[in-house]
Amino acid sequence: MAELFLAALILIFCSGLPAMAWGRWGRRGELASVILLVLGVSLALVATLAAGMQTPAPILALAWAHPAGQFVLELDGIAVLFLLPALVILGMGGIYGLGYFPQVKFGRAAGRVRLFYGILGTSVALLPVCRNGILFLMAWEVMALSCFFLILTDQKEESARRAAYVYLMATHAGTLALFALFILLAGSSGNFDFPWAATLPGATVTAGAVFLLGLFGFGMKAGMMPLHFWLPAAHANAPSHVSAFMSGVMIKMGIYGLVRITSFYSSPPAWWGWTVLALGVISAIMGVVFALAQHDIKRLLAYHSVENIGIILIGLGCALLGQSFHHPSVVALGLAGALLHVVNHGLFKSLLFLGAGSVIQATGTRMIDHYGGLLRAMPYTAFFFLGGAVAICGLPPLNGFVSEWLIYLGLLHSQTAGAISPLSLAVLAIPALAMTGALALACFVKVFGVTFLGTARRDFQIPPQEAPGSMLLPMGVLFLGCLAIGLMPWAIVPLLQRGIVSWLGTGSVAVPLITTLAPVIWISLGAILLLGIIGVVWYRQSFPEDDYQRRPATWGCGYIKGTARMQYSASSFAEQLVRLFRWGLWSDISEGRTIGFFPALARFADHTPDVVLDRLLYPTFRALTRAAFLLRSFFHQGRINVYLLYCALTLCLLLIWLI
Amino acid sequence: MDTISNILLLLVILLNFFLLGSSRLASCIRTIALQGGILSLLPVLAHGFSGHTLFLSTVAFLLKGIAIPYLLFRAIRQVHIRREIEPLIGYVPTLILGTLATAGSFIFSGRLPLIPEHSQSLFVPVGLATLATGFLMLISRRKAITQALGYLIFENGIFIFGMLLTEAMPLMVEAGVLLDLLVGVFVMAILMHQINREFSTMNTDNLTSLKE
Repeated sequence: MAELFLAALILIFCSGLPAMAWGRWGRRGELASVILLVLGVSLALVATLAAGMQTPAPILALAWAHPAGQFVLELDGIAVLFLLPALVILGMGGIYGLGYFPQVKFGRAAGRVRLFYGILGTSVALLPVCRNGILFLMAWEVMALSCFFLILTDQKEESARRAAYVYLMATHAGTLALFALFILLAGSSGNFDFPWAATLPGATVTAGAVFLLGLFGFGMKAGMMPLHFWLPAAHANAPSHVSAFMSGVMIKMGIYGLVRITSFYSSPPAWWGWTVLALGVISAIMGVVFALAQHDIKRLLAYHSVENIGIILIGLGCALLGQSFHHPSVVALGLAGALLHVVNHGLFKSLLFLGAGSVIQATGTRMIDHYGGLLRAMPYTAFFFLGGAVAICGLPPLNGFVSEWLIYLGLLHSQTAGAISPLSLAVLAIPALAMTGALALACFVKVFGVTFLGTARRDFQIPPQEAPGSMLLPMGVLFLGCLAIGLMPWAIVPLLQRGIVSWLGTGSVAVPLITTLAPVIWISLGAILLLGIIGVVWYRQSFPEDDYQRRPATWGCGYIKGTARMQYSASSFAEQLVRLFRWGLWSDISEGRTIGFFPALARFADHTPDVVLDRLLYPTFRALTRAAFLLRSFFHQGRINVYLLYCALTLCLLLIWLI
Repeated sequence: MDTISNILLLLVILLNFFLLGSSRLASCIRTIALQGGILSLLPVLAHGFSGHTLFLSTVAFLLKGIAIPYLLFRAIRQVHIRREIEPLIGYVPTLILGTLATAGSFIFSGRLPLIPEHSQSLFVPVGLATLATGFLMLISRRKAITQALGYLIFENGIFIFGMLLTEAMPLMVEAGVLLDLLVGVFVMAILMHQINREFSTMNTDNLTSLKE
């Protein structure tokens, strides 16, 4: 199976070449690219699913011409769970690109996107199966660089160049930490092959250093809260199907790395779990709060990625805590929730990004406040977007609910450890998780309401139209994926069980079954019932009422003749919540106050830059640059004698140090 | 044998001081030729007669004692300069610094963990002292030609150091080093001519305008 998987990866890797090479027959090259990509993805999916049934997991070990171990691939339980959404989204994004980023409209840039999209897909699919540090780092770096070129697609835009640059800095800072991590992990043996699960002691200093380095390096990629600063701009500036893949899959590789390195240690110290849990809570809440304050639909979705990474980290932290306090049911539920949320977030977030892409293509802008009333023009896009929104808010009957429910259960199970155990403090994450869900709901009511409901806010030269079939099909498939997991969570439980076994290692005590801990079958029945009720209500609503014509506009505040300007805007809808969190947001608000009964013209504008990037990193680095320039103008005299003096002084210092 | 080479090495140090203190270019070049000639004796003295050492000595003598001084003489004739008028650091301070550096290199090499057969010889301290002299020359002088002299002294220091390794170093490497030096001086001489023609001076100060 691993051989088939490798062959599929080669197909995916080459998929961009036809589109790149056949400049003159753009459409044909593009079609050939998509066919290659879909073929490779299908083969890889077959291999992954087959590996998901096989015990023991298939391994491919080849001799390698470098001394640090072997070329080892293993399709174990964790890898399968990360690969499934990755491959589906990869294929769907490729199809979506036919309509969204066609060669006839974008020329050479489209070929470039196809090429790097294939390379990115290959490296991302390779990462979860690597069992060697050097191979992992190579795939990691290929992923980082191909993603850099994809962000740079719109290279004539200053914002895209800046986003790509910030991304490059961030990802290389992370990679540096990963180099240190794998060197520490290899230790003095010099063998970079990954250790098997739960074979290393967790209480050593080296283990702590490995964990912290991983938290930095992988957290940077995942977009964990203080390290998320590259993420909003990068997601906003890439083409939508690339953003979908980045947000749905690529940042998950950071989570994958954390899951993998924590699996090496048999009994992690409790502070690992607490750290991950605390960072998860911060990411979840602050991510969604920042999302609420955004006006750019893709930036908003990007901050929701930060939020969901936070939710996944809460699950992982819960599992780590369960591991430290030897509480298997907490481990099983927390990890199952985290892994399932990885799959789910991949599906619904890419669905949302693709939906946002359709809206952007129809209107030509990313600003939510320019949309309005798009439901009539693009009903299918609106429906799929609504599906994604319901899923991301964690509402039944879609998939987001199932994974968040598992995490809730895991946190609640911490109570069964007894009142005096510090593990029971983990329950404090539950209110945070609940608040995150509520804020996410508010945020998506805002997005959906302002975008698709109400009336149009501006006249577009080309009236917005429904997206073509090549863009609706991927959205439909992803929506069906969300629905399937929401309705039949029991279908994916065996895979989760395998993932947990891979994480805990084979030598561990009996792993509790998720099905006994969490009655997924009841979820399934409830979801079907709910879907039935929704169907009935919808059916009854669809008959036109008598006074249909006289009904005022949505959110028209009861005025019969409301204008398009008298609607909620993205700012006004979120204003109250944004004000509540202004201690963390630091928004720029130029407030137009209206005083008196006949106020003069007033203007209001608000803008929420990223706290870490715009308030902290930019000023710090500007000051550093200024200091460096001063230092340079002092040392850089242009006289050869002075440079030679520097050489001589360095030599003297080295000689003195030698003594 | 050792005593002779030690005496020669002490002579090299004396010549170093002369180079640091003298402003007349012609005598500096002559001194360098003399220094090169002395150095070319060292391989034979230190390691005895053999094809390897004889070859090395001959080539070193031809290059350091004859070819390079000849090129330098030609260069100063072409550009019509006789003395370094205004050094960045004066002659007396340079001499004092040179003395300090020489003393420092003797102290330093005394503390180095050398193998016994090298610990008594003067190769290491003299090599270091000559390197330091070269550095001082490069740092303190303004004219392109005196800087070329600095590089030559520098190379002489490396040559003395290399004496310790003659047995271990393949012939080709040493021949390569010597050839490099010749080419370097060749280029330097051409360069000096060009600088002189362009700016009608030999001061390297004008090159500061090249800084960004």
